[in-house]
Amino acid sequence: MIISIASGKGGTGKTMIAVSLAFSLSGATSKAVQLLDCDVEEPNAHIFVRPKISQKTPVSVLIPKIDKNRCNLCGRCAQICVYHALAVTTQEVLTFPELCHSCGACSYLCPQNAISEIEKKIGYIEKGDRDTLSFVHGKLNIGEMLAVPVIKAVKKYIDPFKINVVDSPPGTSCPVIETVHRSDFCVLVTEPTPFGLNDLILAIAAIRKLHIPFGVIINRCDLGNQETENYCQREKIPILLKIPFKKEIALAYSKGIPLIEAFPEYKPIFQRIYKLIENTKT
Amino acid sequence: MKIAITAQNDRLDAEIDPRFGRCAYFIIFDTITKQFEAIQNPNQDARSGAGIQAGQFMIEKGIKKVLTGKVGPNAERVLKSAGIDIVTDLKKTVKEAIQSVE
Repeated sequence: MIISIASGKGGTGKTMIAVSLAFSLSGATSKAVQLLDCDVEEPNAHIFVRPKISQKTPVSVLIPKIDKNRCNLCGRCAQICVYHALAVTTQEVLTFPELCHSCGACSYLCPQNAISEIEKKIGYIEKGDRDTLSFVHGKLNIGEMLAVPVIKAVKKYIDPFKINVVDSPPGTSCPVIETVHRSDFCVLVTEPTPFGLNDLILAIAAIRKLHIPFGVIINRCDLGNQETENYCQREKIPILLKIPFKKEIALAYSKGIPLIEAFPEYKPIFQRIYKLIENTKT
Repeated sequence: MKIAITAQNDRLDAEIDPRFGRCAYFIIFDTITKQFEAIQNPNQDARSGAGIQAGQFMIEKGIKKVLTGKVGPNAERVLKSAGIDIVTDLKKTVKEAIQSVE
């Protein structure tokens, strides 16, 4: 079972929901539970999970390396590269590794066989545990632009025999698509503001294209307006949970205390949501 | 010598476009014949690599000097490698920029 937690808008409470769901299920079902934080540009779930990290693995991608003795500055590589990661000047071939998508076309098609591919580290994966909960997250190095290879590396740890709760980055771009792809269910977290609704609609359009069953959690549900709920009712989208805006929730969160630790009454609620998701799948 | 000026439209009295890689037009001026040609920048809205492509384009056109507002770090690497002079912080019109270097 793979449950991804996504949102259009950032800051709606994805990590709070992902951590709460994972902790509520861990040790409470016959299946083992694993939390995977795919928000590799700013992974935050570890602040609440406080896992004991037992394994750290680098993530590398392939980038071109030019053999100056073979290169005759023909310019073919720069013409081929749709990402503009190569430029051919009057003196040399320049490479821009941060733009490279590791497709290998330049190396394959170079008429002089002057381009080889070398590994470049762009981030790392950390794996650990907190009690019965397994934890994996990825971290993209500062200055690197491609989150997707690191997200793919995190997703390699998905275990089909476990309940995998996958925390996604915000938005609707490539990193989000890569994260939610092949989920059994996607929980979209939003807030009932015009901005929240606008971005929720974008996220729903993306999730529908991927044919992933989904439901909505409305966080800070007593702020903003009724439009988000009206929209979900019109579109027949299940609202899985509404969490009110409470100073006490924010206070606990700011100290790194998970929602279900500060408010244990949420634990059975998240367990019920899981049952609902499980029934949607079958 | 051929020089390129980043411009907001295709005329000599155009204001300088402050962005090199994402400018609206390149005005290519020949300092010997005094002829010019205006080319719309195909990479103005490119997702990434606009500066690199603009630099590559300058090399293809045989430009020796670029007059603009600001050049990004990637474009700068390309231009410098090809030995193209870079003049930045220009604010007025294309015509005045040309006069300032002639």
